[in-house]
Amino acid sequence: MDVLKKVPVREQEPLVRAANFDEVCLGYDEAEAVEEAARCLNCKNAQCVKGCPVSIDIPAFVSQIKEEKFEEAYQTISRSSALPAVCGRVCPQESQCEGRCIRGIKGDPVSIGKLERFAADWARSRGITPEAPEQKNGHKVAVIGSGPAGLTCAGDLAKMGYDVTIFEALHEAGGVLIYGIPEFRLPKQEVVAAEVENVKALGVKIETNVVIGQSVTIDELMEKEGFEAVFIGSGAGLPRFMGIPGEQALGVFSANEYLTRNNLMKAFLEGYDTPIKAGKKVIVVGGGNVAMDAARTAKRLGAEVHIVYRRSEAELPARVEEVHHAKEEGILFDLLQNPTEILVDEDGRVRGARVIRMELGEPDESGRRSPVEVPGSEYEIEADTVIMSLGTSPNPLISSTTSGLDTNRRKCIVASEEDGATSKAGVFAGGDAVTGAATVILAMGAGKAAAKGIDNYLKNTRTGS
Amino acid sequence: MYPITKREKLADKIYLMDVKAPRVARYCEPGQFVIVKIDETGERIPLTICDYDRTEGTITIVFQIVGASTERMAGLKEGDAFQDFVGPLGCASDLVHKETEELKKKKILFIAGGVGTAPVYPQVKWLHEHGVDCDVIMGARNKELLILEDAMRDVATNLYVATDDGSYGFHGTGTAQLKELYDKGIRYDHCVAIGPMIMMKFVCILTKELGIPTIVSMNPIMVDGTGMCGACRLLVGDEVKFACVDGPEFDGHLVDFDQAIKRQSQYKTEEGRAMLKLQEGDTHHGGCGNCE
Ligand SMILES: Cc1cc2nc3c(=O)[nH]c(=O)nc-3n(C[C@H](O)[C@H](O)[C@H](O)COP(=O)(O)OP(=O)(O)OC[C@H]3O[C@@H](n4cnc5c(N)ncnc54)[C@H](O)[C@@H]3O)c2cc1C
Ligand code: FES
Repeated sequence: MDVLKKVPVREQEPLVRAANFDEVCLGYDEAEAVEEAARCLNCKNAQCVKGCPVSIDIPAFVSQIKEEKFEEAYQTISRSSALPAVCGRVCPQESQCEGRCIRGIKGDPVSIGKLERFAADWARSRGITPEAPEQKNGHKVAVIGSGPAGLTCAGDLAKMGYDVTIFEALHEAGGVLIYGIPEFRLPKQEVVAAEVENVKALGVKIETNVVIGQSVTIDELMEKEGFEAVFIGSGAGLPRFMGIPGEQALGVFSANEYLTRNNLMKAFLEGYDTPIKAGKKVIVVGGGNVAMDAARTAKRLGAEVHIVYRRSEAELPARVEEVHHAKEEGILFDLLQNPTEILVDEDGRVRGARVIRMELGEPDESGRRSPVEVPGSEYEIEADTVIMSLGTSPNPLISSTTSGLDTNRRKCIVASEEDGATSKAGVFAGGDAVTGAATVILAMGAGKAAAKGIDNYLKNTRTGS
Repeated sequence: MYPITKREKLADKIYLMDVKAPRVARYCEPGQFVIVKIDETGERIPLTICDYDRTEGTITIVFQIVGASTERMAGLKEGDAFQDFVGPLGCASDLVHKETEELKKKKILFIAGGVGTAPVYPQVKWLHEHGVDCDVIMGARNKELLILEDAMRDVATNLYVATDDGSYGFHGTGTAQLKELYDKGIRYDHCVAIGPMIMMKFVCILTKELGIPTIVSMNPIMVDGTGMCGACRLLVGDEVKFACVDGPEFDGHLVDFDQAIKRQSQYKTEEGRAMLKLQEGDTHHGGCGNCE
């Protein structure tokens, strides 16, 4: 065995999985996990922990796996993370923990993500749940949104003894984990619902079908329903469109709509009522995780799929693993290209797109080289479906209905990075609602920081006044 | 769960239900809507709020069978429950935010088409309760399909009923009825039209001609109803609007109805197929003209 190489993880064959919605990655078994864990150098000054937004004690849980103390490994992770089975599957490990692993300097880094997933799956399949909270302190906190930020904040507050209620607009808890990320990457029932149950087991109540700002406002929650503090983890759900001609045509969808129909509403399963127009030839515009998910979903629904992205492969913002999987499954990448118009037939349906070639110029504010159009390089491609995956911004529903809550020019709620405090006393915020679309683990990190912030705030208001 | 406390058949394929949903009933206002989901496998179906009882904590909805999901909904009985019922969604009718004194100076007309009568009713009732007069034109294909006539008569100042086939009241559409009233010299300075998109389109063509500002309530395809998916987007003026958060009410003279009507048909064949499967089971194998 070459210690410079990681233990390969088993996956469904690309051609098989491109036609089903079962999970792509099958994960490690016990022997594989122990072997991979043994590659860890157990560094004294562990860099990996510094790369983890929720500071999981990585060397500790990895050596517990090495010693076959799987339950202990799970409890170690659970102390820092409410959603280990989720993070093990969707975190961009290459730019976080694994990106800093000393093993990675010469060879493959330790597969920390796959080991985390192993520990979480091992515990779940044996019905092991996180350690129960201390006594209740009777103070009520409301959490808005049940995505990673909300679930983490709620879980941490419950562990401190708070009486926490999560209000969720949709009919199911989980945020993007339920409506956005597809089944083949993150099984809904098995993984997401189970992790949500674990949060509930800590005493957190979840009220679905409540849209804050519509059903009830934050001010009313605080004044009439007795909540002493509020955490806003409402995400960044508002889809962007390009503003090019033809975008209103039949067959143009936001990635959110396409994915929601398929994931939350389960359009891909026989017996569910929600329809989806799968498309035969699909163009997905964008290069992030969302674009990869939309493309791979369309592929599984039987379409030929092109990803049209205006920069080059190096700038694709998606996780490396997703791009790799997408290519294996036969998704075609039309890089350095950008649509300028959606072509529409006489019935108002999409018949294709006019696309222009791009080249990379100077780096822009994001540090990536900005694409510039190549004059005269326009051409037409055929398609019956176009999925826009251009990013999302926070929904103004909450900010526009809460008195004294400041937002910035990108409609994001202004909140302290340290403790999530906003411009309104007692109201905290974190996750995509504050940062704009980012990652699961950053949202969890913000939820965690805000839980501490809320605890401090409530302790101070109690003793201070 | 959200139990059904009352179920009534109003006309062929048109049903009324009262549903217990205290959070929705507490703050809802005329013009807003809810999204209901029957059970695990059901669709999310948007429906305008037709009435509400804050003390009982109930919401009244009225719906017509138009596809497989509404067909399934009609099968629910009193005592059954919706798995999900979320709201109130969208903005309240802009009349609700106007000063009563200002409203009293206006001649207001409502034009209701078909099942659109149901969402018109709470607005007329609200005005009536605030001492504001308004006239109502109620249109339906025929006498059998008229709903809520008596309730409307109680709250409207003048009620005009029109049927397409002339089986009751004025012979013709609601739009034609307005034209007739206008020709008789009756003038309005504000109009609210709610009904099928095609009807709202024709009302707007006429009221634009007559110079009557007109508000319409749009009912495009929706999924979440919170602004997350963009399925409900419409062109209003030159702007893209999301009906679920920016609406459902818009200035009817600015709405691009032709495009909205096309977008509404986006899933037609899929829905048609689901409906036939429901009615005919697996015996349906195409050839009916509804399948592509
Ligand atoms: C398709 C897709 C794929 C992704 N893939 C990855 C990945 O591989 N790795 C990764 O790290 N990140 C990924 N992301 C990003 C990641 O999912 C988000 O950054 C993360 O979920 C943000 O968490 P959050 O808790 O802030 O918000 P969300 O997960 O968006 O949750 C917000 C919740 O709040 C609810 N809500 C909103 N408004 C209200 C209201 N007014 N009242 C009540 N509830 C409300 C919403 O319904 C939602 O459930 C992906 C995102 C998408 C869309
Ligand atoms: S219904 Fe999804 S944005 Fe309006």
